[in-house]
Amino acid sequence: MRIGILAYQGGIDEHRYMITEACNELSIQCDVVNVVKRSDVNGIDALIIPGGESTTILKLMKKFNIVEVLKERIENGLPVMGTCAGAILLAKKVKDLKTGRVMSGTLEVLDALAIRNYYGRQRESFEVDLNIPVIGDKPFRAVFIRAPAIVEVGQGVDVLARYGESYVLVKQSEILASTFHPELSGDARLHRYFIEFVKR
Amino acid sequence: MWNTHLIEIGFDKIVEFFYRLADVADRLKQEGLYFRYGPERLPEVIRVPQKGTLRVKYGFPIFQKYGVCMDVTNVEQALIAEEAGAVSVMVLDKLPYDVRASGGVARMASVNRIHEVMENVTIPVMAKVRIGHYMEARILEALGVDMIDESEVLTPADEERHINKWLFKIPFVNGARNLGEALRRIYEGASMIRTKGEAGTGNVAEAVKHMRTIMNEVMMLVYLSPEDRMKKAREYGVPYELIDLVARLKRLPVVNFAAGGIATPADAALMMWLGADGVFVGSGIFKSQDPQTRAEAIVLATSVWWNPDAVLEAQSMIDEAKSMMGIDIRRLKPEELLQVRGA
Repeated sequence: MRIGILAYQGGIDEHRYMITEACNELSIQCDVVNVVKRSDVNGIDALIIPGGESTTILKLMKKFNIVEVLKERIENGLPVMGTCAGAILLAKKVKDLKTGRVMSGTLEVLDALAIRNYYGRQRESFEVDLNIPVIGDKPFRAVFIRAPAIVEVGQGVDVLARYGESYVLVKQSEILASTFHPELSGDARLHRYFIEFVKR
Repeated sequence: MWNTHLIEIGFDKIVEFFYRLADVADRLKQEGLYFRYGPERLPEVIRVPQKGTLRVKYGFPIFQKYGVCMDVTNVEQALIAEEAGAVSVMVLDKLPYDVRASGGVARMASVNRIHEVMENVTIPVMAKVRIGHYMEARILEALGVDMIDESEVLTPADEERHINKWLFKIPFVNGARNLGEALRRIYEGASMIRTKGEAGTGNVAEAVKHMRTIMNEVMMLVYLSPEDRMKKAREYGVPYELIDLVARLKRLPVVNFAAGGIATPADAALMMWLGADGVFVGSGIFKSQDPQTRAEAIVLATSVWWNPDAVLEAQSMIDEAKSMMGIDIRRLKPEELLQVRGA
């Protein structure tokens, strides 16, 4: 199995570590590769879009002319997991909480409205234990860092976890998006869940 | 790729390590001997969201990795930086180049100016405080900046001590010239390290020296016997366990950026190649004559530094004639060096 990580900026190494952990736990042979150029998109079985600054990552995606190619593959069923900035880049509609600025030109594959910096600045960043029924009864430590929130979802989107009024983990067929950082929790269950549905 | 970029033990284990270091303090607290020099323990299960925890403070810089933080002095520059793809901006009253030129006491930037930038950009906003100045740091914490740089570019408020950063909910970044300085700052609670370089010179040589020194000293630890690691711990003034952790990771346990004198995309790529996780660009952008394209070019070169074609493209976006003039460090008098402040 070949897992690509969109490797422009952000928590790339942390995802690589967790994916390797998850694959070891499942005894699955997997290669983790960086996706930067258009040609890197060929031959991957799944994609991870890590957290980072969504404005920076989007800028570089456009620079490398990768948006259309990725969008096409995701629409044709490439499994993808986006965390934090990754979730923003997958969403159809994106707005910034404070400035109200709309972000356009993202992948626009997840039928959802994401609000950037929803919980506020770094001072308001937090960690909390969430119940995520699809990965078991044990609570999952979710780390929210200047996190966005998903506030509206379309018909085909399942909400797997929520925090307060907002949705924090959603799934739409092969697309998994979290507004928190499962790669920082030391708990590979969410990555394992992703690998398991990639395998199918 | 440079192998120091690989984190061989996970983020979570690093966080756990620092909690364990703080265990003794927690036990002493029960006996009435209380001091806070480490992270505060969390309950096993967190029902009420916890802010300002170690995971949150160490996590923030992770999402700055492979990015560029740019020094700005007003909203207009901050918007240019954001548009160019900066991962954050550092708000200053004067760019380091001008701090150097104007002399006098350099202090924290105007609160109103920082606030104005915070209101107008969506990326994180950082600001500098003087070394050891707890109250400037408290003010920035209350204002809500995303990260505080306890910086040698400003005139130190305490010539012998740094801030005990464990007392704050906001992450700190500190400068270092060598591994000893870096580990002392981490032990004081810094969530991120950057090389000091020689700010405001446009000369990358000192940043190279500091990054090389840190990397060499890390690799040396790997091969040292326990007795010699203990000697190093005493020399550096940090716990033995921290030395052991660094030897095992073969890198600093926190994100490590390059700073001080970076002026071109090639400079940024060089620092990444030497093992930096990202770069701070101070005077290099807004003291050049092509700030907008230069900012974009440095973002590109930092992100894909390992790809020569991309770095070539980045470098061709700028014109060397428009780079900041720069200062030969050998022409600076010893008292003009900023890097010697706060060891």
